[in-house]
Amino acid sequence: MRIAELLAAIAIALFSIYLMWKSGEGPSWDPTAARFANIGINVNGEGPGSGFWPFWLSAAMLVASLAVMWNWVKRRTPESRSVGQYLDSYGKRMLLFVGGGLIAFLALIELIGFYGAIPVFLFCYLRILGRHSYLASIGIAAIVPVFCFFFFDVAMRIVLPKGYLEPLFIPLYAIFL
Amino acid sequence: MEVVALLFDGILAALLPLNLGLALLGVVIGLFVGAMPGLGSVNGVAILLPFTFVIQQMTGTATAPMIFLAAIYYGAMYGGAISSITLGIPGASTAVATTFDGRPMALRGDADKALVIAAVASFVGGTISNLIFTGAAPLLASVALKFGNPEIFALMLLAFATFVGLGGDDIPKTIISICFGLIMSAVGFDIISGAPRLLLFDSTEWFSRGIQFLVLAIGVYGIGEMLWTINTTRDKAQMAEANITIRRIRIALSGFGNALKGTFIGSFLGFFVGILPAAGATPGSLMAYGVSKMVSRNRDEYGKGEPNGIAAPEAANNSASTGAMLPMMTLGIPGSPTTAVLLAGMVIWGLQPGPRLFSDQPDFVWPLIGSFYISNVIAVVVNLAFIPLFIRILRMPFTILAPLIFVLSVVGTYAAYQNLYDVWLMLIFGLGAFLLRILNYPLAPAVLAIVLGPIAEPTLRQSLLLSDGSWMIFIERPIAGPITVAALILIFLPLISLIWRRMKSRA
Repeated sequence: MRIAELLAAIAIALFSIYLMWKSGEGPSWDPTAARFANIGINVNGEGPGSGFWPFWLSAAMLVASLAVMWNWVKRRTPESRSVGQYLDSYGKRMLLFVGGGLIAFLALIELIGFYGAIPVFLFCYLRILGRHSYLASIGIAAIVPVFCFFFFDVAMRIVLPKGYLEPLFIPLYAIFL
Repeated sequence: MEVVALLFDGILAALLPLNLGLALLGVVIGLFVGAMPGLGSVNGVAILLPFTFVIQQMTGTATAPMIFLAAIYYGAMYGGAISSITLGIPGASTAVATTFDGRPMALRGDADKALVIAAVASFVGGTISNLIFTGAAPLLASVALKFGNPEIFALMLLAFATFVGLGGDDIPKTIISICFGLIMSAVGFDIISGAPRLLLFDSTEWFSRGIQFLVLAIGVYGIGEMLWTINTTRDKAQMAEANITIRRIRIALSGFGNALKGTFIGSFLGFFVGILPAAGATPGSLMAYGVSKMVSRNRDEYGKGEPNGIAAPEAANNSASTGAMLPMMTLGIPGSPTTAVLLAGMVIWGLQPGPRLFSDQPDFVWPLIGSFYISNVIAVVVNLAFIPLFIRILRMPFTILAPLIFVLSVVGTYAAYQNLYDVWLMLIFGLGAFLLRILNYPLAPAVLAIVLGPIAEPTLRQSLLLSDGSWMIFIERPIAGPITVAALILIFLPLISLIWRRMKSRA
C-alpha cells in the first residue's frame, strides 16, 4: 500500500505537468502564438486566456500531489504508514478477471457489436466467476440483449452497433423499425 | 399564499397518472438500489439517467424524467435501512448510522419494530424537509436572481471549499479530485473563445467533443464503485428475519413515541447539513445520531437497540436529501453527488438550473416539488408493504447483480452519446477510480467538479474581465464578499486548526 501511495502521487504529478504543458498550447489557427501566452489573467486586454483555467488548476493539482508525497515521507496518512498489500490475491484476481473481462467486453463490441458481446460477457461472468447454473447463466445472457434491443433499437430508436453481426439484424429491422 | 396555491397545483400535476406511475417506479427502484449493499442513490441515478431520455421523448417535458430520478433518490434513502437492519450491512453510506442501533434491535428479535421506526422516521423527516424546502426555495431563488458572475463564482468556490474544510477526507487528495474534475470539464474547447484546448495525446477523435459528465459519473459509480464493492464485500452476512404484518406495524407504531425526539433532531439537522455541498445525507445522519445520543437521558442504551438511535439517522438522511435539492434548484449548485447527476440531467434535458428556474419554468418546478410530497408517501407505503419482498431480493447474489450493472453502464454510456470512444473512456475512468479508491482518494468531489466546471470557468473569467484582472471583485461586492471570505476560511480551516493544535501542544 505504501509504495502504491507514492507511485500514484508521482503519476498524478507527472500528469499535472503534462496538463500544464497542454494548457499552454495556442489556438491551432495561430501557429505563431507562443506557448503559455494564453495562461495570463488579462491576455491582450480581453481577460483570462483559454489556458488560464486548466493551467492553474493543473498547477494546483501538482502542488497537491507534492503534498501527498510530503505526507508519504512524513508517514502522516494511514496509506503512507500501511504495511498491508495494495491488492491482495483476491483483489488481483478480481481485477484481472472482472477488469480484464470488461476490457474484453468492449473489444468484443467493436467486433461483434452489443448484441454479440452482451451474451458472451454475461454468460462468462455468471458461469465462470459466479458459478451459477448453465440454465441461469444462459437464461440471463439471452434475456438481457433481447430487452436491450426492444428498449434501445425499437423504443428509443438508438441503434446500438452490431459489428459483423449486422446482416443478422436486417430481417428484424424490417419487422420492428 | 401564492406558494400554497402553486404547491397545490404542483401536487395535482404530480398526481397525473404518468407522473404518479413514474414516481412509483422510481421509488421501487430507489428502495432496491438503496437496500442493495454497494449501491446507493447516486449509482442508481447515474446509471439510469441515459434511460430517462426515452421518458423525455415520450412526454416532451423534463418534469416526468426528473420526477422519476428524484423518486429514486427518495426511495434509496428509505431502502438503505432495510439492509442495515436485517443484514447488518448498510445498503448505502447514508444508512451507516442506522446499523448502530437497528442491527442490535433486529438481533434481539425486533427487526419488524426497527424497520417500522426507520420507515416512519424517514417519512417524518421527508415531510418536515419538504415543508422547509417549499417555504425557503422561492425566497432563496428570488434573492439569487440578483446574483451576477462574481456572486455565482463565489458560490462555486464555497461549494468546493466545503469539501476541503468540512469533507473529512485527506485534504491534498480532495484538492486533486476537485482539480481533476474541473480540468476534465475544460477538455475539448474553450467555452468562451471556442479555441480547441487540452486535446490530450493530440487525439481529436477522443477529446474534441470534450469529456461528458456521464462518462466520468458512470465510470466512477457504475464501474469503479462496483469493483470496490466486489473487492470489499467477500463474506456472506447473516440475514435477520422480519415478518411484517398490519398488526405488528400497529404495535410498532404505538411505540413510536419513544423515537420522536430522535426523529425531530434528525429532521431539522439533516436538512441543514444536506444543504452543504460537501456534507449531504451521510454526515447528516451520523451527526443526527451523535446529537441525539448527546442530548439523550438513555445514552447507555445507544448501540444496544435504542429507538431514537434508529429514528435520528433515518429522519436525517431523508431530510438531507431534500436539503441537497435546495441549492441545486435555487442556485444551480448541487448539494450532493446525486443532485450533481440530477443537475446534469436538467442541463441535458434543456433546462437552465439556477434562480431563474422558479420564474422561467414554474411548470417544471412545482410539479417536481409536488412529487417530493407524493414520492414520500409512496415510499413509506411501498416500504412497509413490501419489506418481505425486498428482503428476498436482497438475497440475490452479487455475482448476478454486478454483471447486469456493468452491462447497464456500458449500454447507458453508449446510448447517451452514441460514441464508442466515450464508452472506452468511461471504462478507463472506472478502473482508475477503483485504483484510487483503494488509496482513499475521494471521488465525489471530481463528479461535482465536472458538473460545476462549465459554470465556474466562464463566471470566473467574465468577472476578471469586468475587473481588469483584479481579484478584489470577489471581495468588494456586498454579496460576493462574505461568500468568498467564508470560502477562504473553510479552505484555510484545516491549516488554521493544525497551527492551533501545534501552538496548544507547545504551550
